[in-house]
Amino acid sequence: MGYPHEPHPKETLILSKHFGDAGARSYDGWVKCGGYQALKRALAMDPADVIEIVKESGLRGRGGAGFPTGLKWSFMPKERRKPHYLCCNADESEPGTFKDREIMRWTPHALIEGCAIAQHAIQAEVCYIYIRGEFTEPIAIMQAALDEAYREGVLGGNAMGTNRRIDMYIHRGAGAYICGEETALMNSIEGRRGNPRIRPPFPAQQGVFGMPTTINNVETLVSVLPVLNEGAEWYKDLSLGNPKSTGTKLFSVCGHVRKPGNYEVTMGFPLGELVNDLCGGMRDGRTLKACIPGGSSVPILNREETEACLLDYEGCVEQGTMLGSGGVIVFDDSADMVYQIMRLARFYAHESCAQCTQCREGTAWTVRILERILRGEGEMKDLDLLLDLSEQMTGKTICVLSDSCAAPIVSGIKKFRDEFEAYITGAKQPVAALT
Amino acid sequence: MKATGAYEPIFAGERRKRLDDVFTCYPTKRAALLPALWIVQQTHGWISDEAMTEVGQVLGVTAAYVKGVVTFYTMYHQHPVGRHFIQVCTTTPCNLCGAEGVVEAILEHTGCGDLGATSADGRFTVIEVECLGACGFPTAVMVDDDFIEGVTVDGVPELLGRYP
Ligand SMILES: Cc1cc2nc3c(=O)[nH]c(=O)nc-3n(C[C@H](O)[C@H](O)[C@H](O)COP(=O)(O)O)c2cc1C
Ligand code: FES
Repeated sequence: MGYPHEPHPKETLILSKHFGDAGARSYDGWVKCGGYQALKRALAMDPADVIEIVKESGLRGRGGAGFPTGLKWSFMPKERRKPHYLCCNADESEPGTFKDREIMRWTPHALIEGCAIAQHAIQAEVCYIYIRGEFTEPIAIMQAALDEAYREGVLGGNAMGTNRRIDMYIHRGAGAYICGEETALMNSIEGRRGNPRIRPPFPAQQGVFGMPTTINNVETLVSVLPVLNEGAEWYKDLSLGNPKSTGTKLFSVCGHVRKPGNYEVTMGFPLGELVNDLCGGMRDGRTLKACIPGGSSVPILNREETEACLLDYEGCVEQGTMLGSGGVIVFDDSADMVYQIMRLARFYAHESCAQCTQCREGTAWTVRILERILRGEGEMKDLDLLLDLSEQMTGKTICVLSDSCAAPIVSGIKKFRDEFEAYITGAKQPVAALT
Repeated sequence: MKATGAYEPIFAGERRKRLDDVFTCYPTKRAALLPALWIVQQTHGWISDEAMTEVGQVLGVTAAYVKGVVTFYTMYHQHPVGRHFIQVCTTTPCNLCGAEGVVEAILEHTGCGDLGATSADGRFTVIEVECLGACGFPTAVMVDDDFIEGVTVDGVPELLGRYP
């Protein structure tokens, strides 16, 4: 199972150090790798001090939004007057992203350890690990690791011999991208339809079951281990001088590269180098045309922008896109951008929870217009219509799924307008499958 | 399953015990809904209206509420499906690498003809799905609970052969 490639010398292996090493998967194996030391350290500290170290490390959320993790934890009530909850977001459904899956498959105990540390910091006895329903193998591996952790006394009523209770349960999703959105995720845990909730109240005040809740991504939680083991300063220094984007990050690279897979590099690593060097460049003498660096929900980059882009939160913004989840989708010169953008729009139309009009109608209408263009039935004014529609879909809904659909449309038309026009003028043959 | 036939409860014996274990993980009974629906689907292969009624009774919510949840999540089957259920990812990353060809090959070799239809021998149902979270290993395919990476057009006959 799995496709762990030979590590590239330019990678910095911290989270992915044990990918491909089946020996690290068991409790004993994990302890031999130095596992559960960070948890021991954390449990000996005051929760507030754990939060302080994570704040100092500069760690930001790896689920997409990049919110500072320590700060998020500090929003939880200082005193536990009612139950607090942690939700670990392992819904991983953003097209282009497949890193959390690999973390769970190879180092399930790292995730358990990260969750337990976070639970201590925010004083949550219970953590739900929300794993997408299709991840049958990671679910089985995580469940086996949880059973072991209970047997070994890491979890349960006397966790790590500290007389404190730490419980962790897997909640299996059932096929809905939107459940990766944190408030939809909480509804799904409660046994409801996965509709996002209006904020406020924010999860730290009223989250799952109405109780104070923190939601963190899988990679965020495992990134806490090196912070505690090596210290906040060490972690910060990894990113070579950028104080706002610290540590390492896993980038899932897919599409038209020779060697797709997960690559761990320090924040600020050049995107061009990742694609052309670590991933072996394009296949069969093809050339790079475009790249989506942060999962399908962020604006598309053209070749020049890709080659100029630095992979940290600021570097991506500078090129007009976002770091997002770190799912890098690469398109070579054979890619039909109009068709592929239509496929992305179909994804969002399929996954819209349909609560908000702009999203429900907007995503479906976007698909219809794009299909019309691909059938050779489009008009030039359809491009303006798409841009106008995208504007109506941005910043107007309960969650950002609708904005996410607009991002590749707007950037796609801006950067690859000639490809859209070719279908409209008839310079390019219609797509047969759609006619 | 017809409403007139004797309905055999799903949550009895070992399965009832499993559900009782699930209840201990959550502060409300309602929260056991997704796990309960998984148990139903694992038992019968799909979720009938009668089963939704039973789940509602066991969890203390209405059958209509259960249906509302079932219809939200795409992995729950509201109709019987073939002996093997095949889901092929065709979202952009897999699509760039030839996923639509894989779908065609699977439709052809299973004899399903159309997406969503079940083959005449009842062996396969094939659907297209959105991103399965394995985009670096196209084409990602699920057959029942098995997650298969790197499926190519040429590999389809061998793959299907594993599911008699
Ligand atoms: C439509 C949508 C889908 C999302 N899907 C995921 C997901 O699959 N995994 C994830 O970790 N975060 C996802 N997020 C982001 C979460 O809402 C949330 O910001 C994140 O889990 C917080 O964790 P972090 O601070 O550790 O990054 C999604 C957000 C939206 C709007
Ligand atoms: S696009 Fe096929 S698994 Fe993500």
